[in-house]
Amino acid sequence: MFDFLDSGQYDLLGAFWVTVQLTLYSAIGSLIWGTLLAGMRVSPVPLMRVFGTAYVNLVRNTPLTVIILACSLGLNQTLGITLGGGDFKDIGFRLAVLGLVAYTGTFVCEALRSGINTVPVGQAEAARALGLSFTQVLTLVVLPQAFRSVVAPLANVLIALTKNTTVAAAISAAEAAYLMKSMIENESDALLAVFAVFALGFVLLTLPTGLLLGWVSKRVAVKR
Amino acid sequence: MTSVLYDTPGPRAKRRNVLYTALFVVALAVIVWWVLGALDEKGQLAGEKWSPFVTDAQVWTTYLLPGLGDTLTAAALSIVIALPLGALLGIGRLSDHRWVTVPVGAVVEFFRAIPVLLLMMFANQAYVQFADIESEVRPLYAVVTGLVLYNASVIAEIVRAGILALPNGQSDAARAIGMRKGQTMAYVLLPQAVTAMLPALVSQLVVIVKDTALGGAMLGFTELLSQNRQITANYGANTIAAFTVIALIFIALNFLLTSCASWLEGRIRRGKRGTGAVVTGGLGDDLTGAGAGATTGGLPTVPRQTTVSAGADETQPTA
Repeated sequence: MFDFLDSGQYDLLGAFWVTVQLTLYSAIGSLIWGTLLAGMRVSPVPLMRVFGTAYVNLVRNTPLTVIILACSLGLNQTLGITLGGGDFKDIGFRLAVLGLVAYTGTFVCEALRSGINTVPVGQAEAARALGLSFTQVLTLVVLPQAFRSVVAPLANVLIALTKNTTVAAAISAAEAAYLMKSMIENESDALLAVFAVFALGFVLLTLPTGLLLGWVSKRVAVKR
Repeated sequence: MTSVLYDTPGPRAKRRNVLYTALFVVALAVIVWWVLGALDEKGQLAGEKWSPFVTDAQVWTTYLLPGLGDTLTAAALSIVIALPLGALLGIGRLSDHRWVTVPVGAVVEFFRAIPVLLLMMFANQAYVQFADIESEVRPLYAVVTGLVLYNASVIAEIVRAGILALPNGQSDAARAIGMRKGQTMAYVLLPQAVTAMLPALVSQLVVIVKDTALGGAMLGFTELLSQNRQITANYGANTIAAFTVIALIFIALNFLLTSCASWLEGRIRRGKRGTGAVVTGGLGDDLTGAGAGATTGGLPTVPRQTTVSAGADETQPTA
């Protein structure tokens, strides 16, 4: 039943490695982009607040599939943007990272904003009383505490991101779901086994993430 | 709006804010100008690529509205089937018997840990091989199956959080007047939990609507997103225009649902009846529990009260 594992025909580990890479690059990108968005949404400049709010509400309500397909069909095939060339799989990979960052950043932003919410008012007031500017209040006092309280929500975002990388299969990035699509057609007599292998792969990716970050969130949480 | 993060701007801060605003406008303008330039170069801004969506009713009646109909059908079917299933799983997880909680917990965590796309593709192929379903409706069946399996387990967590959010006094009082466990659940806990859960359930509907688009991209389900192929084929490669219109329809639909959810949440919180316990749907993505559930004092950028996010620490997909 699991013959397909030995046949050497399919690069299972390679496909999951692409999934891991997609997750890591997108996670780093969306952490940066989400922090910037959160900064904009609480900033003293009204236009930045408006932009942040509008961006989050628009992008969060768009299906990820639409964003990723628009990256491929719109940016790449219509406008000819390749983000550095290479063959179609490399281009698909980079476009998928772009789409995932644009989408996941909104969720990082919202998680961070609710983390800012958990920082006692006195912290920011004390910082202002010392004469710190907005940027200093945010980066030196509020955000470090906010980050520590949102490790668990961010872990959920990361887990969702790991699962969302499968959408990249729609634009031929050679990750796990893309391989599974061809495998369930070629190995149709072992359908259940193929599904079990891929399901196990994702459980193995998401389970340690959740456990590890759950432990980290307890360690770093600000005791109040 | 006043914020505790910065002082009320004085004359210098006002000048600085104007400067930042100007810089931000310039940065945005550069990006917009570059995008429009790139679009114009490829002829995507030409009037005839956009006008069909305004002048030609056929593009709506033949493609967009039937697509939207399919999207809504799949979403409605999924939530209707997933709700009772999820309620059962959620109550099962709260059972006093280990032989119920352990398997139910395993099922819930398994389906929450797997991407919904994998479930859809598996269901599609399984229907091809083992079931006698016409190929026309097979994608719909596959999409609904995948969505039901995933969302039932998410709803199970919402139900569980909703019941746990109720004050202990409720079940204590029920026990004091001699109710059985089943009666307590059916007459005391569930009716109140359903109210508390409503916002989270509506938010989950947003996730379902967004996930139907997966079926269009990967399984050939004729929902809203998949119509872009037909439209660009028939109306002269107006990819950008088609994507814009389709995305706007999705955004409008989901924005309506999100607003509905927050309206419900506010209504329940302000309501005089009930305990005021609310379960919010995290941030409305396929990540239940992404809301940090702020319960203690904090910087007032988001309203806070007794909020329990479905899937707070103990309900992460970890076990």
